[in-house]
Parts: sequence; structure tokens; C-alpha cells
Amino acid sequence: MAIQALQVVAQSATTMTPPASAAKTVHVAKLIDISSCIGCKACQVACMEWNETRPVIGDTDGTYDNPVELGANAWTVMKFNEIENAQGGIDWLIRKDGCMHCEDPGCLKACPSPGAIVKLDNGIVDFNSDKCIGCGYCVAGCPFDVPRISQTTNKATKCTLCSDRVSVGQEPACVKACPTQALTFGPKDDRIKYANERIKDLNGRGYDKASLYNPQGVGGTHVMYVLPHGDKPTAYNGLPADPKISSTVGLWKGIMKPIALLTMAATVFAGVIHYAIKGPDTVDDDHDDSKKS
Amino acid sequence: MTNHWVDIKNADLVLIMGGNAAEAHPCGFKWVIKAKAERGAKLVVVDPRFTRSAAVADYYAPIRVGADIAFLGGVINYLLTNDKIHHEYVKHYTNSAFLINPDYGFKDGLFTGYDEAKRSYAKGTWTYQMEDGFAKVDPTLQDPNCVFQLMKKHFARYTPELVSSVTGTPQDQFLKVCEMIAATSVANKTMTILYALGWTQHSVGSENIRTMAIIQLLLGNMGMAGGGVNALRGHANVQGITDQCLYSEVLPGYLSSPAEADATYEQYRNARTPKALRPGQMNFPQNFPKWFNSLMKAWYGDHATTETNFAYDYLPKRDAPYDIMQIFENMHQGKMNGFISSGFNPLAAISNKHKISAALSKLKYLVVIDPLSTETSEFWKNYGEFNNVDASKIQTEVFRLPATCFAEQDGTFTNSGRVIQWHWKGADGPGESKSDQEIMAGLFTRLRDMYKKEGGAYAEPILNLTWNYTNPSNPDAAEINREISGKALVDLKDAAGKVLVAAGEQLAGFAQLVDNGGTACGNWIYSGMWSKAGNLTARRDPTDTSEHKIGQSLNWGFAWPANRRILYNRASADINGKPWDESRTVLKWLGDRWGGSDIPDMRPNAKPEENVMPFIMTQEGVGRIFAPQMAEGPFPEHYEPFETPLARNPMHPNNPKATSNPASRVYKGDMEVFGNRKDYPFAATTYRLVEHFHYWSKHSDLNAIVQPEMFVEISRELAKMRGISSGDRVKVSSIRGHVHAKAMVTMRLKGMKVDGQTIYHVGIPIHFGFKGLTKPAQLANSLTPYVADANSQTPEFKAFLVNIEKA
Repeated sequence: MAIQALQVVAQSATTMTPPASAAKTVHVAKLIDISSCIGCKACQVACMEWNETRPVIGDTDGTYDNPVELGANAWTVMKFNEIENAQGGIDWLIRKDGCMHCEDPGCLKACPSPGAIVKLDNGIVDFNSDKCIGCGYCVAGCPFDVPRISQTTNKATKCTLCSDRVSVGQEPACVKACPTQALTFGPKDDRIKYANERIKDLNGRGYDKASLYNPQGVGGTHVMYVLPHGDKPTAYNGLPADPKISSTVGLWKGIMKPIALLTMAATVFAGVIHYAIKGPDTVDDDHDDSKKS
Repeated sequence: MTNHWVDIKNADLVLIMGGNAAEAHPCGFKWVIKAKAERGAKLVVVDPRFTRSAAVADYYAPIRVGADIAFLGGVINYLLTNDKIHHEYVKHYTNSAFLINPDYGFKDGLFTGYDEAKRSYAKGTWTYQMEDGFAKVDPTLQDPNCVFQLMKKHFARYTPELVSSVTGTPQDQFLKVCEMIAATSVANKTMTILYALGWTQHSVGSENIRTMAIIQLLLGNMGMAGGGVNALRGHANVQGITDQCLYSEVLPGYLSSPAEADATYEQYRNARTPKALRPGQMNFPQNFPKWFNSLMKAWYGDHATTETNFAYDYLPKRDAPYDIMQIFENMHQGKMNGFISSGFNPLAAISNKHKISAALSKLKYLVVIDPLSTETSEFWKNYGEFNNVDASKIQTEVFRLPATCFAEQDGTFTNSGRVIQWHWKGADGPGESKSDQEIMAGLFTRLRDMYKKEGGAYAEPILNLTWNYTNPSNPDAAEINREISGKALVDLKDAAGKVLVAAGEQLAGFAQLVDNGGTACGNWIYSGMWSKAGNLTARRDPTDTSEHKIGQSLNWGFAWPANRRILYNRASADINGKPWDESRTVLKWLGDRWGGSDIPDMRPNAKPEENVMPFIMTQEGVGRIFAPQMAEGPFPEHYEPFETPLARNPMHPNNPKATSNPASRVYKGDMEVFGNRKDYPFAATTYRLVEHFHYWSKHSDLNAIVQPEMFVEISRELAKMRGISSGDRVKVSSIRGHVHAKAMVTMRLKGMKVDGQTIYHVGIPIHFGFKGLTKPAQLANSLTPYVADANSQTPEFKAFLVNIEKA
């Protein structure tokens, strides 16, 4: 991919018009083809190396998941789940968890700090730590439970889709490290085409419900999955079947915002009118309680 | 590998058995993914556990640990019964037509010639019928003494019912796998088998692989694109170490080393220079004198001449085995003064850790050459329950010489596909670390000086060793590579007198080696890797030079032998030289010579009508279905692991001598410490995880983060029996020791119905120990038995008995 000068098209807590030229930028996507993923965690290691993040060396909890959850220093983790399949055998579902880079990001919507969360013209959703106040609203706003607040810096962190690498024409670190090319990166349309080839191959191998996970409830995502069991996303360690931004956030930052502004404006207006008609508020001597005996 | 990594993409069926390719070879595994995505290949996995390889497979079948020969023997029976073999290939390219001595027999699990006291076979009856110096054959394959009929008879016992009972694999699943394998018996379909330590680390390890080799010969998959018998090696350069033959039984290039019985050079040479067993066969090992004499020329220069029998007397003569099991047995008996452990962590890596610990404690001195602070270097130090020793009782003096690691020195790696690749130093080693060659050269030059000054018993082999390096204390990797590849010492001329290679020039390859002292070559199979054209191992041209784009990058590195990428590639064409599958041509007869997409593994001008057969490294010229070279029999047979959960070998319930491998060496004192099935009722196995490499990577924070702590895998049924939940701390014990671990309760293991009882597996990853950043643990080899394969002496790490309880 060519070197891109990435432009901001949306910012948290800010009304802005995206620059006109941004509409021409090709949207990128990372495709995670679960049918080619062997759960080797090269992606986890590459992410830690590139971003210089290190979670603590933990314990084994009885699963292959290490660390067991996303964290301020673990921006991607492999999640493992065993299920019985229709043929009476088992499937071992292995999913790379991390930020989905939504087209309609819940984190950006929920964030009260102007410019702390930005959406770039190629679809990447990025955090600006300088502007982050560590309030955690992004954590609540994310339908995928991705962002994490660092205990040491009090800033929110998550996968950046390697915006630094992408801006100079390189693929994300995880994609580069993946040994089986389960992870691929490029223009989103291309990735969708490739995903459909993979789905066709899976259909031929008995996975007739295989599908592309690109949930429209958040406007589509810039991280997509080829799910062999497309009818059961939740089997992949809780991948939500139909993710949407929570109605509270949607309401609060959506319709409630203009209503709230309108209400505040109306209150101010009413105060001005009242002052104009009635003048300033006065206190009567009759109401002086100190004179009561 | 007989084939190579990229070639895997050409397969129609990939069978992963006796290994876990996705886990242990995630990068090489991409060729399996490519075979699926681009060729529509199917992936089948047969394993005691549903592994990471199974997670992306089209079909998975479970198997009990140690029962692979039963399974594969059943496959052979299936192929023969259903006539799913490549007839033309079997008839011409295998020894199926050869007639065997009528006194050969097999009864109650033993072949003719068994000596119980010696635990070995006299092989006098395992011979071909001979006539005029050649083996007799019956091309109709009907003679009851021909290999084909003997094979049919031998494997007729491996019925699906019995196989299912012995292996625990449900019959329908076993037959499904057979069907998929049988489909590759047609000329234009191939199967590749990817295996590793799941086959080799058993007391029947060599025969596990043998059985698969027979299957691949019956299917006509040897020498074909997408075929072959493919060992996926572990360490990045274990193939290199194997090829340089750092074992007492072999000299570099797999030349059998002299034994006490080889009293003279003539006896030694003649015993290793075979005659062809069929007319017109290449019988390539007849070149042994050229290889051995050139090796000795490299080592001893002017001291190795025809007159001195090429310094034959300088070589030690083996009076006994000196494999690693024997070395530690000798050490344990107090017979050794010192031990140099170079890039090796035996306390962790060899079976029966307590025996190894006791053995090391008897040494006067131990030298550890390693980049890391290993368990072996601190075998003497108490680490509480993880290494419960009393340092005050251990007198061994331990020297640690810090070595650089691979990225801190130039050199080559030889990968599983025999491709030798040069790598360049990336950084200086830390602190006082030195490269292995600098350390070894330092030791050697000091010892040599001491012998010069003080004399000593038979100093000549040390004083006269060629050591002409520019810097004798730190030989350059390039100098060593050139030495291994070989050069002419005199002008080498062709028949017309024209000089092909001038004195001092690098050779083009082993075809130029001579037996009269005119050439020096440190390892004949590597010859040609540094030719007059330069360092061919440093080439990095990925261009696929093949017509049908089957992945033959002949200008990337240098493959041994002679840059051949697919071994036995003459077998990829029929007897007239026409490829069995033209869409994946490897070799074909061009009218005046062999050509195609690989270096021919055949005399280039051997006309098809000369009937020079493809397996040129055998005296027969054909692949061996009947192989008298094996220690426990010319045909494979199922024997139980030495620690078996069964009361008997279901194949031979009435002959206790045939319960386990009758030819495996068992030391006094080890037979007594085999666990019994009452106290240790569960079948355990050990294995690797993708996040780690042996005992090194636990020293790296990134690896420790993604797999921090020892765990064991058990089925839900076993967990219920013992009241264990996932995440609980458990104790796993064998008769030799115990480990503590977290329990991982999984659906990927299930109880198996074997010989009328239910067998439960316990899966034990090996990577944890008392050094490094992961949570400390007892070494997994605290549990494993001290018994090995009868041919290779590889320990039986993969099948033994344990008990498990909540801790």
C-alpha cells in the first residue's frame, strides 16, 4: 500500500466536517481468517514487540488463553473455546480478540474529551493519549469490550491497527508476523473479495454456515472475521452476534445531546426573558425572620 | 524430509501423525494451508489429542499413545485387501518381487533368530534367495516366499476390529482415514506424511516410520511432488548436527564408524562397500572409499595417504555403544571423570531426571557451553521442591563457558528439507561470550599444546589433525564450510586429460571425489555447497524454476545431496521415463538424458531400458518393503510401550516376550523401575507447545507472557474421576518422580476403549523447569522412563504410566 497522509474525519466530543479530500481515501481492513488460524500467538508477540507493551507474566488458568483478557499492555489476545460439532466431533474455536475499528465507533461517541478519540480517513480508530482524561466512558461505549485504562498512566489504550506502520505503507505488525496468512491487510473491498473465496472453500469442506463478520450494527468494521461457524459468533468466546452501540451512549451522545443543549438554551432564554420582564430578584423586609420573637 | 517444505503445497492429502505440525512448525505449516487453499487438499490428523493441527484439519481421528504401528499396519492391510496400491510402482520400484529365504519366519510376535538373553536377533534367515550373486525375484508376485506375499500374510492380522481394539480408534473413524489414504494410490494423486517426535520418541520409533514408508511405497508416493516421508525436524539446525554425525556410530555423511571388529582398514572398508544385489543397479554406496578417504584427507592431510591407509589407525574403534543413554548410564555407574555439555541441557532433556542428576553428581567436572543459565549448569543447586538436591554432597566442579547464539555468529543452518542456508551475524554477543567454534578451537589448541609439551597416550591423532585456519584459535565459518564442501588436492582430469578441477580449487560435488588421496572433503553429502562459483548456501533467488510451478527454487540455498530437492525423483516417472503425473512433473526422460524440475537422482544418461531403479542408495536399487537392516524385524510389528496400561500385547496375548520391543536395550536397574498399571493407571505422553522451544524460551519474557505456567491436559472423564476442575493444582507422578501443574480439563482428550478397558491419557508439556521467567516447575522428564528405540536409542518420552491427583 502507498504511503498515506492520514486525515481525521471524526473526533470525540467535537462537531467537525471531514475534509472533502478524505472521502477519496481507500478504506483499509484487517481480515482474520479463523479457518487458517492455528492460535500460535505470533500476532500477540509482534504486537507487544512493536508497541513495546508487556503485561505481567501471569498464571495459567486452565486454558490456552494467556493473558486471559485484553489489558492496557495486551492489545490483542487469542481466545480458545471447545465446542461439540454437528458431526459428533469437536471444534476448537480460536479467535484473535482486539479492537474492531468500527465505522461507527461507540468509544468515540461515548468519549467526553474533545479529540481524545479520532477516526482516520482510512477507517482506523485511534486514541490520542494527550487528550485522554481516563474516565473510562470508552470502555462502556464499546460493544466489544475492548479499550482498557492503564493503571499506571490512567490513559485508555487499545489496538491502533498500527496506524504508524500503515501511514508509511506497511502492514500492521500482527499481519506481518502471522505465519499462515490467517491475517491479511489491504483495501477493505479486496479483503471482502478474498473472504468470499475463503467462504466458498469452507462451504466445500462442510462449513455451509461460514460467513464474513462485518457487523452492520456499527456501520461495518475495519477488522473482519471469516467465521467457519457464521451462525454462531458467540461460540467464539462471546463475539457479539449483532453488536450495536449501547442505547444509553447512543441516546446520551445522540438525540439527547441536541435535546439537552436545546433545554439548556431554553432555560437560559427563559431566564433572560424573565429578567427583562420582572427585573432582578428582590428580598422583602417582611420576610426578615430575624425580627420574629 | 525426502521432499521439502514448499513441496507440501503440491499434496492432495496431508496426513499429520506422530507430530503436530501447526504447533511445532507454524511457519512451515503455511505450506499445508496453501495445499488446502490452492490445491483443494484435505488435511487429516491422527493424534492422541485434538491438537492445533486438528483445529484446522478436515478430519481428526484419536489414537492411543504408542499404538501407531497397529494403526498403520491396519492401513497396509486395508490397501492390500481393497487392492488400493499403485501396481506398476510396487512391482518395479520396491523389493516386493524379491524372494526370501524359506527359513525366515514369524511366530507369536517374534521373528526367526531371536536371542532372549542378548535381547537381539541373529539375522541369518532374514536374507534374499540368491543366484549368480544377485537376489532372485518373481515378477508375478505369486511365489509364497516373495516379499509381496509375505507382507500380505504379515499384515493380514491387522483387521479393522483388532486395530480398533489396540489403538482405541473407533472402527468407522479408522476406516474413514484408510479411505482417504487409499484415494492417493492412483498415479496422479499424492499424500505427504508430516511426522516428528510423536513417532520417533518411542521404543518402536524407527518401526513407526518404517510402516509409513511401506505405505508410501505401496501408494507410489515416493519421489513424487506432494509425496514423500517427511520428518519435521525440531531445532533450526538439528538436521545440520545430524548430517555432521556428531554421534559415535557414524562419521560425517552417515559413514558407519569403525568398531573393534574392524581390525584393519581393509576389513572396515570392505564391510561398508556393498555390491549391487540386482543387475545394473547404481548401488551408490559402492563409492564409500571415495567418501571415507576424502574425509580422512580433510582431517589428516599428508598423514592420510594410501600408504597409511588414510590414517585409519587414528580413529577410535567402538568397543561398546556410546549413545547418550549409554553415556549417562556409564556416568551413573561412576565410570566417567568429566562431561562437556555444549548447547545441550541433559538434566531437562533426557529421560528420568533423577538418574541424570545422580549421574552428574558423580562427575569430577562438568563444562557447560551455552548462552543461557540452564538447569544442567545448576543441577547441583537446591531449588526447593523443583530441584531437591543437597549441594554439600555434590563434588562436581562446574565450569560455564558463555556461548553466543545463532544470531551472533556467521554459519549455516540445514532445514528439515535438507536445504543448507547461510546466515549472517546480526549482532555481537554479550559480555565475554564466544562463538562455539572459538570455544572449541580454544580447548583444542590448548590440549594440543599440552600433548606437545608433555606427551601422552597416542598423541598422533591430536597432533596431526589438520588445523590450517587463518586464525587457529577462532576458525572462520566460511573456511570451515569450504573444508566441508571439499577441494581438489591435485589436478583432477577427465578421460581425455583435460583438467576439470585444478589443485586447490573447490569441487563441484561428490561426483568428483576420488579414493586415491586426490581430494579432501569434510562431508560428502554437503559437497558442492561451496564450489568454484562460491558460497551457494548464501543464494537467495526464490524463482520457481519448474515448468508447472511446483515450488522448485533451485537457486535458493543449496540442498544436499547435489542440490536435489526431491529425493528418489526418478520414481516420479514410469519405467519408460514418462511422469506418472505430467501436471506435477519432477523428472522425465528427454530422449538422451533425464531432466525436468529437479537435479536427477539418477545417472543422468541412464536410458529407461537399462532398468536402473530409483532407490540408488540401496544395493537393491528398489525401495525396501522387507528390510533386514532393522533391529527388531524385517517387517514392523506392534509392540506395547514398556510402560503399558494393558496387561498384555493384544497382538500376542500369550507371549510375554513379545509384549514390548524384544530388541530394545534395557539396563539393569531400569527394568525394576518400570511403573505398573495398578499404581499408575493412566497413559501419559509429553509434547511441545507453539509458545516455547524446549527449555530455552522460558528465559524470554515474550514467550513467558504467552505461556507462563506448567499445566497438564486431562479429559473431562478423568477430571471427574479425580474430582479435578480446570485451574486446580494437581500432582502427576510416575514411579520415578512427580511434577506439580495446573489442570487443564479439555474435550480434546477422551477416554478410549482399548482391549476391553477404558484408557485415559494425561498430556504433559515439557517446557517448564526451575530456571527462567515462567513459574518454576519440576522438569517433565522427572517422569519419563529410561528405555529407548532399538535402532536409534531415542528414549521413550512419549508413552509411559502416571497417576494424577489433586494437590
